[in-house]
Amino acid sequence: MSYRLQEQPFEWIDRSKTVNIEVEGRPMRGFEGDTISSTMLANGVIHMGRSFKYHRIRGPFTFANHDINALFENADKTHVRGDVELAEDGLKLKGANTIGGIAKDKFRHLSLLSRFLVVGFYYKGLFKPRFLRPFYERIIRESAGLGKVDLNWRGGRKSKRYGFCDVLVIGAGPAGMAAAKAAAESGAQVMLVDENAQIGGSLDYQYANDASVADTRSELKEAVLNNENIEVHTSSVAVGWYTDNWMPINTPNGIIKVRAEQVVMATGLFEQPSIFHKNDVPGVMMASAAQRMIARYAIKPCEVAAMVVANEDGYRAALDLLKAGVKINAIADLEDHEDRGDLAKQVKAQGVQIYDHHGIYEVEGKDRVTSATLCPLNASGELDTSRKTTVPCDGVMMSVGWAPATHMLFQCKADIKYDATIGQFRAQSLPEGMFAAGRVNGVFDIKDQIADGAGAGQQAAAAAKGESADVQRPEPTKVRQSHEYPIFSHPKAKNFLDYDEDIQLKDYINAAKEGFDNIELIKRFSTNGMGPSQGKHSNMNGIRILAKHTGKSIDETGSTTARPMFHPTPVGHLGGRRFRAERVTPMQESHVAHKAVFMEAGAWLRPEYYDTEATRTESIHAEVNAVRTGLGIIDVSTLGKIEVFGPDAPEVMDRICTMRMSNMKIGMTRYALVVDEAGVITDDGVVVRYADDHFYYTTTTGSSDPAFRTLQKQILEWGLKAEAVNRTGQLQAMNLAGPLARQKLAPLTDIDLSEEAFPYLAARTGTMYGKPVTLARVGFVGELGYEIHCLSGDAAEIWDNLLRDCADAGIRPFGVEAQRLLRLEKGHVIVTQDTDGLTNPYEAGMPWAVHMKKDFFIGKRSLEILKPLQARKLMGFMFPESYSGGTPKECHLLIKDGELNGRITSVSYSPTFNRYLGLAYVDDMNANVGDAVNVRLDDGALVEAELVSLPFYDPEGKRQTCDVDGTEEKVA
Amino acid sequence: MPYRLLKYAFKNPEELGDPRYFDQPEKLKSSYDVVIIGGGGHGLACAYYLARDFGITNVAVLEQGYVGGGNTGRNTTIVRSNYLTPEGVKFYDESLKLYLDLSDDLDINLMYSTRGHFTLAHSDSAMRTSRWRAETNKHLGIDSEVVDRQFIKNEVPYLDLDCGGTHPIMGALYHGPGAVARHDAVAWGYGRAANVRGVEIHQKTQVTGIKTNDDGTKVVGVETNRGFVQAGKVISMVAGSSPRITSMVGLKTPIEIFPLQACVTEPVKPFMDTIIVSGSLHCYVSQSSRGEMVMGASADPQELHSTRSSFDFVEGLTDQMMDLLPFTGGLRLMRQWAGMCDMTPDFAPIMGKTPIDNFYLDGGWGTWGFKATPVSGKTMAYTVANDKVHDLIKPFGLDRFDTYKLVGEKGAASVGH
Ligand SMILES: Cc1cc2nc3c(=O)[nH]c(=O)nc-3n(C[C@H](O)[C@H](O)[C@H](O)COP(=O)(O)OP(=O)(O)OC[C@H]3O[C@@H](n4cnc5c(N)ncnc54)[C@H](O)[C@@H]3O)c2cc1C
Repeated sequence: MSYRLQEQPFEWIDRSKTVNIEVEGRPMRGFEGDTISSTMLANGVIHMGRSFKYHRIRGPFTFANHDINALFENADKTHVRGDVELAEDGLKLKGANTIGGIAKDKFRHLSLLSRFLVVGFYYKGLFKPRFLRPFYERIIRESAGLGKVDLNWRGGRKSKRYGFCDVLVIGAGPAGMAAAKAAAESGAQVMLVDENAQIGGSLDYQYANDASVADTRSELKEAVLNNENIEVHTSSVAVGWYTDNWMPINTPNGIIKVRAEQVVMATGLFEQPSIFHKNDVPGVMMASAAQRMIARYAIKPCEVAAMVVANEDGYRAALDLLKAGVKINAIADLEDHEDRGDLAKQVKAQGVQIYDHHGIYEVEGKDRVTSATLCPLNASGELDTSRKTTVPCDGVMMSVGWAPATHMLFQCKADIKYDATIGQFRAQSLPEGMFAAGRVNGVFDIKDQIADGAGAGQQAAAAAKGESADVQRPEPTKVRQSHEYPIFSHPKAKNFLDYDEDIQLKDYINAAKEGFDNIELIKRFSTNGMGPSQGKHSNMNGIRILAKHTGKSIDETGSTTARPMFHPTPVGHLGGRRFRAERVTPMQESHVAHKAVFMEAGAWLRPEYYDTEATRTESIHAEVNAVRTGLGIIDVSTLGKIEVFGPDAPEVMDRICTMRMSNMKIGMTRYALVVDEAGVITDDGVVVRYADDHFYYTTTTGSSDPAFRTLQKQILEWGLKAEAVNRTGQLQAMNLAGPLARQKLAPLTDIDLSEEAFPYLAARTGTMYGKPVTLARVGFVGELGYEIHCLSGDAAEIWDNLLRDCADAGIRPFGVEAQRLLRLEKGHVIVTQDTDGLTNPYEAGMPWAVHMKKDFFIGKRSLEILKPLQARKLMGFMFPESYSGGTPKECHLLIKDGELNGRITSVSYSPTFNRYLGLAYVDDMNANVGDAVNVRLDDGALVEAELVSLPFYDPEGKRQTCDVDGTEEKVA
Repeated sequence: MPYRLLKYAFKNPEELGDPRYFDQPEKLKSSYDVVIIGGGGHGLACAYYLARDFGITNVAVLEQGYVGGGNTGRNTTIVRSNYLTPEGVKFYDESLKLYLDLSDDLDINLMYSTRGHFTLAHSDSAMRTSRWRAETNKHLGIDSEVVDRQFIKNEVPYLDLDCGGTHPIMGALYHGPGAVARHDAVAWGYGRAANVRGVEIHQKTQVTGIKTNDDGTKVVGVETNRGFVQAGKVISMVAGSSPRITSMVGLKTPIEIFPLQACVTEPVKPFMDTIIVSGSLHCYVSQSSRGEMVMGASADPQELHSTRSSFDFVEGLTDQMMDLLPFTGGLRLMRQWAGMCDMTPDFAPIMGKTPIDNFYLDGGWGTWGFKATPVSGKTMAYTVANDKVHDLIKPFGLDRFDTYKLVGEKGAASVGH
């Protein structure tokens, strides 16, 4: 049996191109433009999937992108929505959420158990007795979820881009097209988006046969498609509304992020079902679904129909069905067809039996509906089940009401109230930058819809120019469009409220009775609206049921929060193209040439060590050795480099750092320690004073951005006259260190390196190899050394030249690991490694770095309080040279009498001392140098180390300060 | 078919309804022994333990919206005890133990499910923190280990250990007892159990002011949108609204409100048993009992008293998530939301007595307070009933910000919640 009709005026299929797909092994033929569901229908297949909870057989239902029971999957993807996703040639699919296929699903009889599976059953059962809990959990987990994920699948990322427009129109139905046209004609740049494959909206399926709009239709489409000020995106969904009209549009080619000046919501409505016994049997569907099938895909929905209607649209659908050759055996009108106007009369005139004040009470049929039973409504709106009329049919179309697609209007905090005249929610007022038009706005007459859209478009275009347009907009309709309560109970239940979650009327009412009689609570308890369609067909009926149950109004009952996404959106689209910044310094080529092994430090790649010896450790030790005995050089370009200048620069530096900086001499450096307001160490570096009003300072690698941010904020807050510039990317730096440093560097620069001219902790500017440099004599690694700061463009050349010209001194580039070891031997802390979220300078053994006499610096008050409270201290420790136990590691704990007594922060095997040494917090203010401490290793073993004074290496600091030009022996 | 569900089979389906979980008392009484502000998990748990353990039943829980509608109903339900400080570890471990028996206690299936919890480390500093936590945890008897790549690969074979090529995973902190539970059920279960014992739960009842004696040293009652209520004692358990309540009595706290967001995909067949957190990538994920992938990140970077969702959040999160779990690119994100988190500087809560008599505070729950629901309820009930701070929560007093005895949980709570 084929359902395909002859050509329809606005059909979306291209009959000249066939496509072949396979669903569960069954080959099917369709046309280009067909969806999976329409292809199946064209091949006589109406069974599209199984429901979530009871695995009931389901057919097409909305054809509006929320047929959650028509979900398919294959190796490539899951949750393919049959009602809207295209049948592409060669596509092979199976039903999601089935075991053994749609027809033979292993769980197909689960429905029989529905009496046990009361609302909230998983809260009430499945946990006692306790020893069975893992078993129950397995059952719950087996039945959870819909599609199956292929864990080996890769891909899905699509580039995002930005979009700009004056007016963004969402929905390309009659109102949306009219809005886009009017806005563009008023001079606005317009973007028009619609989730459907083609523009036109209800004009092309609900009004396909309405001759009175034929001209308007072609006029609107023509105008929209040919106006160069209108950018049209079909198959594109507005994901949600975010602050300031930030609206991402999910297109097939990725997301366009639009910051719209003005937005026109012309999002229309979702048709809502009537709730009656077995309203989910295949063949029962929304009247608008039937219209979409006919108009878009030329599919005949059934041969013989029964209908339940409560508005004029129902009769419009009836005429479409009749025109498509469907016989209508009965129409149950929940009110009186006489009040519906002309269309109802036309239907009646065609001999259709109309039952006024009737509803559908139940339908029969297992695999497909076979009959519908109508009952009259009594005065209280209930069905009188003593009077039944049963008519045979293979299709049931419901047209009892609508729910507006107000999701994004709720998100932008429009004032939305229930309009009892129409029977739908409607925005009473809208925030600036937002317009609503068409049926979402309560305007139903087709000519009014178009006028409303045009008016909104004009207003939006004017608003985009900062003007206002004096436009007369049509009034919302005065005719009821949605029935107050198309919901009927049945002793055998199976009257579904939510098709995603298989919620029956009784489930929902029982949830209310059990105390969940609040719209949000009942959603959570019953799961109504929690499935992939997010309540598009169930929220409105849910509100109606709850309102009736509690005796409250619709407004008092309220709606659940409409959260993004409007439709579920692919993670790959949201994430977009993968972009990971990777920063390298200008010396990168040289590092590679010298066999650097890199480590990641945030976005930076830094040489961890140079792989020159047999093992990693040997390589690192060789680098350490070079610095201690000859010459080494390290690339420290990743340090943050910030300049501060202006008359208040000294004051700024004093307030930012714990040490006083305003009394520094020009041409000198000073250690910069930074704490936050709580007195916790956050950063350290070196400050150089270039001039009275000009400082330059370095931060740790990770801190350049946060430090700069803080600095800018503080300067503003304090109202000081100073400027800060982050020069991290413009300047590079390297540290040339070792006893031969001065000797080798002197001939290469015009700066006088003699001890008198350039003492320890001084900084000088001049040139090297003809390039401008600043040299700073600092001592992080504990040897005579010069930090060379230069312009980025010169850095590689200086570095390469230095390696060449110092080759005879055995210069070695050294990496981060060697530097860590060198500074550890020297007892210098690394902020974040030797400090934690609470460390203050006293604990870190740096009371000398806090100048309390200053009036103010960030953290001063806290440090005043913290100083007497000190309860731990950072100390050096060493293992005996003979130690041969397990490896001590950073963050191993110190244990005393079975209690915590501290923690190792840095530890390493020192080639200089031939033993393990390190830093540790000791939670005992009475601990002294010479005491033993116990370290607990990975395996739990306690081993002993001795507390020693810091620094381990060169305690007098001779090597940095005196003349050590290659002559002295290795110290210690 | 479990016997407990059998009883439903023989009744008329539309006349089934179990008894109400919470009554809806028409009127507020003029006076209660204890008024609890906030009907989230904490408030309801506290009411339950006040009634059960101390026989104090003349209690009203006042909730401005609906039961569990605050952060209790918004959180990603991770329960764990592998914190960093001994104070924290002991406290949260007690909560975890209470959770294990709670379904039976409250006679409701909380779907408490022990899943195992990985905190991935992508840098040597993250490895150090992992070891610190593991060592402290083990010292206090908590099941917690630093594990290597091979271990992770065996347990979570579908994770991309190389993270798409940047910041590869070096190892992880593994915490076997890490669990998830159904957040709503926790609130409902406590609510029902408290209600059965005589506690009144008043929804849609907002506290608009707090009345003290003349010199402001003692609380005597609360103003609400439904009138004044006298109260022997008042407990603030309002999480993201804490500053509003404390300002009513002129109490200063360092709490700042930052939004925390989360999202879920469409429900897919369960494949993922573990909970995965990556501090470096700022994301975490577990799969709910409904099959949704529940995903979150660290708190938003700026203060905001609002539950608005942002697009940046989903963009950033999904981008990172695909590095960890590359197949998620084909899944669809269904819903996103946010909660207001009451953050403290040291990432530990503020609990116990306050300088104002009869006014007790339970706040500063930030992004980590769901797991503490049982133990907070219990220890706060003890504290209020005896007017004596429970030992377990002594380290969390408000006065620690004056005395600078901070707790230092940042390293263990910023993304892991
Ligand atoms: C997205 C997100 C993810 C999270 N993930 C986790 C996680 O994985 N694990 C974890 O342990 N924690 C997590 N948390 C934190 C956790 O949710 C909270 O810390 C916890 O739920 C707080 O519980 P509560 O009962 O104190 O507060 P809430 O549940 O927020 O309850 C407070 C109640 O007080 C009410 N209230 C406020 N003001 C008034 C007033 N004036 N009068 C009356 N009532 C009032 C509110 O309406 C609210 O219902 C997360 C939080 C969020 C937002």
